[in-house]
Amino acid sequence: MSDGRAPGTIGAAWLVARKDLAIEFRTRTAFFSALVFAVLALCIFYFAWDESVVTPAQRAPGVLWVVLAFSALLGLQRSFSIEEHDRGIDALLVSPISREAIYLGKAIGNLLFLCAIQVIAIPALALFYNLPVGRPLLVVTGIVLLAMIGIVAIGTLFSAMAVNTRLAELLLPMLSLPFFVPILMNAAQATTRVLAERPLAESWPWLKILIGFDIVFVVACTLAFPFTLEE
Amino acid sequence: MTPASAPAPASARSILSSGLAAPKPIFDWFFALAALSVLAVGIRAIYFTPIEALQGAAQKIYYIHVPAALGAYIAVSITAMMSIVFLWLHDERADRAAEASAEVALLFLTVVLTTGPIWAHRIWGAWWVWWDMRLTFTLFLWFIVAAYLVLRDGIEDVAMRGRYGAVLAVLGALLIPFIHLSVYLFSARLHPMPVVLKPDKPSLPPEMLVTFVLSFVAFTLLCFALIRARYRIAVQRELVAAFEGDGGSR
Repeated sequence: MSDGRAPGTIGAAWLVARKDLAIEFRTRTAFFSALVFAVLALCIFYFAWDESVVTPAQRAPGVLWVVLAFSALLGLQRSFSIEEHDRGIDALLVSPISREAIYLGKAIGNLLFLCAIQVIAIPALALFYNLPVGRPLLVVTGIVLLAMIGIVAIGTLFSAMAVNTRLAELLLPMLSLPFFVPILMNAAQATTRVLAERPLAESWPWLKILIGFDIVFVVACTLAFPFTLEE
Repeated sequence: MTPASAPAPASARSILSSGLAAPKPIFDWFFALAALSVLAVGIRAIYFTPIEALQGAAQKIYYIHVPAALGAYIAVSITAMMSIVFLWLHDERADRAAEASAEVALLFLTVVLTTGPIWAHRIWGAWWVWWDMRLTFTLFLWFIVAAYLVLRDGIEDVAMRGRYGAVLAVLGALLIPFIHLSVYLFSARLHPMPVVLKPDKPSLPPEMLVTFVLSFVAFTLLCFALIRARYRIAVQRELVAAFEGDGGSR
């Protein structure tokens, strides 16, 4: 900051997010591995069902959410492991920004990272599974964004916890996946109905839970984050 | 003694003087009583309780399944509450109680998830039915408790283990209503509805009702006895660690 004052929470969060995205933009390793994983998994799942029994459009929602959850985990794993090099986390902690801002910044960085993957993965899904392009796909993108907020809120917090354990990256899926269950369940149910071109009102009960989940866990994880840092 | 401001590292003497640690191995009367009562209820359920007309002998699994579920819910609630207390007061005893009840919860949930399919296979004709709300819900509860214990196991530092465990437990408590709602929307109500706790009078014959109530008492006793025993192990472990620490510093 040129005027020497410490930035506010949102400003500081954005600085942290920009730092993470700049690191990622310069190396691009995590982005490409997560992206290739997502597209590869979309292709492999195509062959997991008998085409004469289940049509590609019917299995698309399930495939989307399985692939999305696991590619998200790939992206989230590095969120705090990059801070372990040269103890970058210590530099963040001594900087004059609140711990909540560090969490929000990390989460925003992760959200943008995962959205960048979805920008390619969702069209790839539509291409490979012959989905109707247009309004249904747009609604699905909205559902993906809603689900991503919850996934990132949970995943960012657990990523911070997992790096400090003996098991490190191995622990993240075990901690996160039970928390992804309500997200994936509701998002997949809503997606199935949207892709079958049913009225949106039919998906509303599922989306309400999804929105409630996002609100509760963004708040709860932001409040819980300071407890996961060393005193 | 160190000033009270920082959570003092538990020294062997402070643990001993707090009276929590038993200096020598003692016979656990409470656990013996609980184990005996579970055994007695089992005998009563098998030999002295009539066989249900429609479900046959398979119904007798209720006398384990339902009380075990109650025990699991008690233990899970204790973990959640003790975790909140730990985050609030930083009291080591709350952390030990949370860990002890989580382990007991995992045991009881495993019993529920084992006995459930055995009964379901006989009555519903399938081992596992995803559309059953409570079965699915219990399974996810099992996963959360398992994650909690694995997380704790992966952390060496006592203070950090407590904090991380408590954070996960509190978030897990917040997650439960969401899983419940999701599974509720997803599933048909296939599970047997309450026959004891319902607005009208219990619709069980008296002999069955007595066995049922006794089994609840026995399993609740067992639940608390196990938590207490596990709590004592945690104290003993810390005592050993503290003595080793004392020896190292000399």
